[in-house]
Formats: sequence, C-alpha cells, structure tokens
Amino acid sequence: MNGWVGTILRVNLSDNIVKKEALNDKWAQAFIGARGLGTKYYISEVGHDADPLSEENNLIFMTGPLTGTFSPSSGRYNVVTKGPLTGTIAASNSGGFFGPELKYAGYDGIIIEGKAKKPVYLYINDDKVEIKDATELWGKNTFITTNMLLEKYGEDYKVACIGPAGEKRVLYAGVMNDKNRAAGRTGVGAVMGYKNLKAVVVRGSKSIEVKNPEDFFKTCKDARRKLKEHPVTGTGLGQYGTEILVNIINGVGSFPTRNWKESIYDKADDTGGEALAEKYLIRNKGCFGCPIGCGRLTKLNGKYEGLGEGPEYEAAWALGADCGINDLGAICKANFICNELGMDPITLGSTIACAMEMYDRGIISEKEIGRPLKFGDAEALVELTEKIGKREGFGDIMAQGSYRMAEKYGCPELSMSVKKQEMPAYDGRGIQGIGLNYATSNRGGCHVRGYMISPEVLGVPEKLDQFETEGKAAMLKVFQDLTAVVDSLGLCLFTTFGIGLPEIAALYRTATGFDYSDEEILQMGERIWNMEKLYNLKNGFEKTDDTLPPRLLKEPISEGPAKGRVSQLDKMLEEYYKERGWDSNGIPPEEKIRELGL
Amino acid sequence: MSKVLMISPKKCIGCKTCEIVCSFGKTLAFNPKHAAVTVHDYEEVGIAVPMMCMQCEDAACIKVCPVSALSRDEEGVVSINFKKCIGCKMCISACPFGNISFDSEKKRIVKCDTCLGEPKCAEFCPSGAIEFTEATGLNIAKKKDLAQRFKEIFEEV
Repeated sequence: MNGWVGTILRVNLSDNIVKKEALNDKWAQAFIGARGLGTKYYISEVGHDADPLSEENNLIFMTGPLTGTFSPSSGRYNVVTKGPLTGTIAASNSGGFFGPELKYAGYDGIIIEGKAKKPVYLYINDDKVEIKDATELWGKNTFITTNMLLEKYGEDYKVACIGPAGEKRVLYAGVMNDKNRAAGRTGVGAVMGYKNLKAVVVRGSKSIEVKNPEDFFKTCKDARRKLKEHPVTGTGLGQYGTEILVNIINGVGSFPTRNWKESIYDKADDTGGEALAEKYLIRNKGCFGCPIGCGRLTKLNGKYEGLGEGPEYEAAWALGADCGINDLGAICKANFICNELGMDPITLGSTIACAMEMYDRGIISEKEIGRPLKFGDAEALVELTEKIGKREGFGDIMAQGSYRMAEKYGCPELSMSVKKQEMPAYDGRGIQGIGLNYATSNRGGCHVRGYMISPEVLGVPEKLDQFETEGKAAMLKVFQDLTAVVDSLGLCLFTTFGIGLPEIAALYRTATGFDYSDEEILQMGERIWNMEKLYNLKNGFEKTDDTLPPRLLKEPISEGPAKGRVSQLDKMLEEYYKERGWDSNGIPPEEKIRELGL
Repeated sequence: MSKVLMISPKKCIGCKTCEIVCSFGKTLAFNPKHAAVTVHDYEEVGIAVPMMCMQCEDAACIKVCPVSALSRDEEGVVSINFKKCIGCKMCISACPFGNISFDSEKKRIVKCDTCLGEPKCAEFCPSGAIEFTEATGLNIAKKKDLAQRFKEIFEEV
C-alpha cells in the first residue's frame, strides 16, 4: 500500500449496522487524508443545512497517509463534522496514540451516522468491530471511562471518548483520546454526545506500508534531523512546552488580558512554562513518534490535587491572563477538569473572562451566577469550570460559549469570538496577521489554521514586522494552504517550525508514490481551503462574518510595545481576497473552483 | 561484548519512536506490535521504561530452542537463524522479560539483534533514553541492576 491502509469503517448508530468499505482512492489522492479527506466525505454525504445536533449530521474520524508511520510527529487524526459552536465546517485535530492505532487495525477512518437509542461505544479489534452497550460508562469522566475500557480489554487498546460535557452537549465539548489529548475545538464532542456514542476503543495489529520504504525512511531521517537542529522544535518546545510562549507574547505586548481589555499581563511570569517546570512538571510527554515532545506531564498536590497533561499555552492563557488569574495551581486544576469532563479550555476560559467583564459592568449579578465573579478570582474559575462541564446553574448558560451568553444579555460585542468561536492567546491588534487569520479561518476564531505568530513573532521562516499589514495576506494564504496539507497528512503542525514545504512534500511523495511537485501539493492545500470555504458560504456565512470583535477594530491597545494599535482588518481583508483569487465579497469565482478541481 | 543498549527510564518521554523505527528495521513496514522494543509508560510516577532484549548471558531463549536457531555471536548478541527457526514460539514463552514477539503477517519471530550493531532505537530516541554504549563494568552493573528490578516488577504482575 501507499500510506493509506485502504478501508473505511461505516457505522450507522440508528440502524446498529457496521460496514467496511474500500477507501475512495480518487478522493484520497485529491484531498490527501485526515482534515481534507474527512471534509470531502462529509460534504459529499451530508446536506449543508443539517443541524449539527441532529441525526442527519455525520461524525468522521479520519487519519492521514503519514499517520502511524516513522514520519516525525505523525500521531494525528482529525474529527470532522459540522461544529455546533460555529455552524461552520469543523475539523478538530488531535495527537496521542489513538490515530495510529486505528490505522494498525486496518482503517483509514470511521464515518459515524445516525444516533443510537441508548448509550453505546464502538469496539474495534482488527477485523472485529462491534457496537456495544455503554450504560456503565455514561456519566463517567474521560479518565475513568478510559481506565474502565483498558481494564476490560487490555492496556494495548487506545481510547477516544467524551466526558460528561459531551454527553450534556456543552457546545465546546471535545473528543478526548489517550486521556489528555483533545480534538478540542468547535464542539465535536457535543456531536458525539448527541449520537449517544461514549467512546471508540481500538486495538490493531496490522502494518502500515509505504510506497518507497527506503526513500521514505531517508526522508524521515532528514526531517527528524532538521527538527532536532531547529531552536524551536529542538530546544524551546521540548524544554518548556508551548507555555514557553507566555513571556514571549507578553513581551511583544500582545497577550490579551482581562477579556482583551489590556494586552500586557503584569503577572504573566507566574503562569509561564518556566514556572510550570519549576512547580508542577513531572516529565515531558511525547505523542506517537514525536521528536519534539512538547507535552507536559504535571501533578498537583493539596487543594488542587490532580494529575494529567498541560496546560498548553492557549489553555493557560484563557484560564489565566484572560481571567486576570495568576494562580498557576488553579489554572492547572481548571485545565485538568476540562480534560476530565472533555471541554475546550480556550472557549471555556474566554467565556468565564467574558462573564467576568459582564459582572464588572453590572450586566449579570451575583444572584444569577450564584457567586461573585470578579477578574482574578481563582476559586470562581475552578468552581465554574466544573459547573459548565456538568451544566449546573449558571454553567448551563456558559456552556453555550461567550457569544450566545453575551447575546442573551444584549452585549454580544463583549464576546471575543469570530463566527461564535473564541480567539486564542494572541492579540490581533498587536500582531496584525494573526488577526487576519482569525477573521478568515474556516472554523471561526482559531490560531492553528494559519499560525502567523511564526513569521510575525518567532521569525520563522522569515521575520515580518508584527505591526505592518503589507505582505501579510500573501504570507497568510501560504500558511493556511500549507497547514491544510499538514493537517491532512496526519502530521503535527509544530513540525513546520523546523521543516517546510520541500520536506513535507517529500514525505508525501515517498509515502504515497504520487509524483506531485511541491507547488501541486501546496495547491491541494488551497483546494481543501476552498472546499471548506464553499461549504461555509452554502451555510450562509458572508463577508460580514469575516470580521473581528469591535474591540479589536476600535479600541486601541492601552499600553506597552503595541500601544495605540487597532487591527487594520479592512485593508488586509481586501488584499487577502485578491490573493485567494476570490471576488470582493470573498466568494471564489467559477474559474477558481474549476482550477482547483472542485 | 563491546557495546550494549542502555536505557534511562527517567529520560524517556513515552513517544514510542523506538517501537516504530524498530518495526521498520525488522519488517520494512510500520507496526509497533512487530517491534523488538516496547515502552511501558507509568505516567503517575513520571517514568517510562523502554524494554528490549537484554542479550542475557544465561539466555533462556537459547536454552529452550529445540532446533538451535538461537545463538550468541562474538559481539554477545543473541540472534536468530531464520533458516533453522521452525516458528514454535518456545523462545517467546521462555523469555523472562517478554522481549521476543511474533510477526503474525510474515510469520516470523521478532527479536532484537541490535540492528547488526547499529540499533535504530538508540539512533532515533529523541530524549537519549536509549543509548548504545560501551559495555564498561560500571554500566553493565547498572543495566543488570535495572534488569533485575524489571524482572521483580514483572514477576509481581
């Protein structure tokens, strides 16, 4: 074979039927795998007007042709569906060990249709696939669920599951695999919960073959060497994890604080990677086959007792600076709760931050929330995190995300979100290109669709001025398209700090045997991006949705290196549409669609 | 014996790169179940242990093999002669560490042969948890001490 293993598992939960079907080779060739291929399957089979939380919506787990191979950092898979938080296409990406195991069992992906009458889980042991009763697991958190399944079947199984948040359809519930790894954003876990699917447990004993094993091995070896030698992937991320960014982003005056009212946090130091290493780190943790090893295994004793992974930078920011909280123990605890109940800490922390501002302004009262909610209240953070996951009290309203919560009280402008999904830890006023990425991302506010922080702050592959707008649209287009390729291959985005298109294209060619040029492979990314965009347009998204919260467009940053800046989105957006070959309303014209073979 | 595979569980990050590259070396395909090394991650104590053949001086696998397919070469490495091997899997049962496995697709025993003196697990281990080093008296003692502890742990299980 050629990276793919050739079989898709189709599970209809309404009819209780499991079928195996041949992978659509033509689609795999044109849309690569994981994010691209999953989306192609999704939009070909589900009407665009399907409600995310309905029997018509499908939930797809898809791996890529590099998943589970020797390619560096190839432990990834995507969960594709329509996101209940955003109403956009949702492709949520996760690492760990689950994706590779699914391929060892002989499946490139699983398409889940319909809705089970009662809680079930999917059991996969190579060719043996069964839908099983999950009554005992329902209501259990992700750690207990995983442990119960591993105890029952053996430690060589891998588990992806939802926690109580997914069961109760918190709109930003994630799918958790290997306990701590999350397909975290846009609410894919709520879709799984709606379907009454508690978990997928898988064990595989088959091999993945690539087209040119010797060349592939050499390419992997070369890529691994480059990752080892690069300061970000070889030193920084391994030493302090993604949390290394706290002081870097705060240092360039673009670290959103107290619901983005400020952009510098004077206590950022207390919440960064250095502090985490000193206080709570037990050990680094690598996902499958990863030479970077950015994962943090952390343990807390006492008041905030817990054991798990993280927090990652964006989680620590949302639960920390965005809420004005510098108690790293409370941040870790809230992050553990997010993992255990199965929720996205970025949206969760941002929603709490938004509620804190609403409380500050007297829009919501102590009586409604059930407690005071001032910025900086660490106990409130931990308590509300739990309540949101269980949809108790005011947590039930917060479980819908900051946009719906703020809209309910007539102040949607206080939600720091794009297309109803919260923007992460980089201020688009101080770092212009990342703002353009938030506005144009196909799954709403998100940093990992086009990580402009890389050129604008870290200087990879070249340093761009963070305040400048010129050239940002062109660079962002390349980043978004390349990211679509990386996500679709089953490769971790972090590899792109150390390797670029030539190395990634070589991995693709030697694994699959397809003789595409680098440019043609990048164009596949453009094809995937446009496919997602067209799906969103069909769902009624317009140019006016490609925007940022008014705060970023009108309220200048109050102090620090980025003082006085607002996002110059209008200027960049016009340029961006041109770069993409779209019309002035952001709509791909017929000729573009044809050129991309869509 | 000149060099041995040394493991440092405290350095291991549990990424299992060793498993995937080992399986490639043995089968030209990717499958951790066909690797001669397995990582056990004890996250609660922050220790992960890569386990591979210890090339025991008093090797149970050599003793038990009914057709003498297993033998020790001059470097001290215990390897299999596939021409002699009848696939009875007695060596798998006899190994006190469970460090021999079976490739169910190619129907072959999988056992560490240090990749003929250039072990890929050590070459690609990102954290230095597996090293291929000179077998001085000191590190042999360390290795044996570790092996003894694993043996006790696995006997308890």
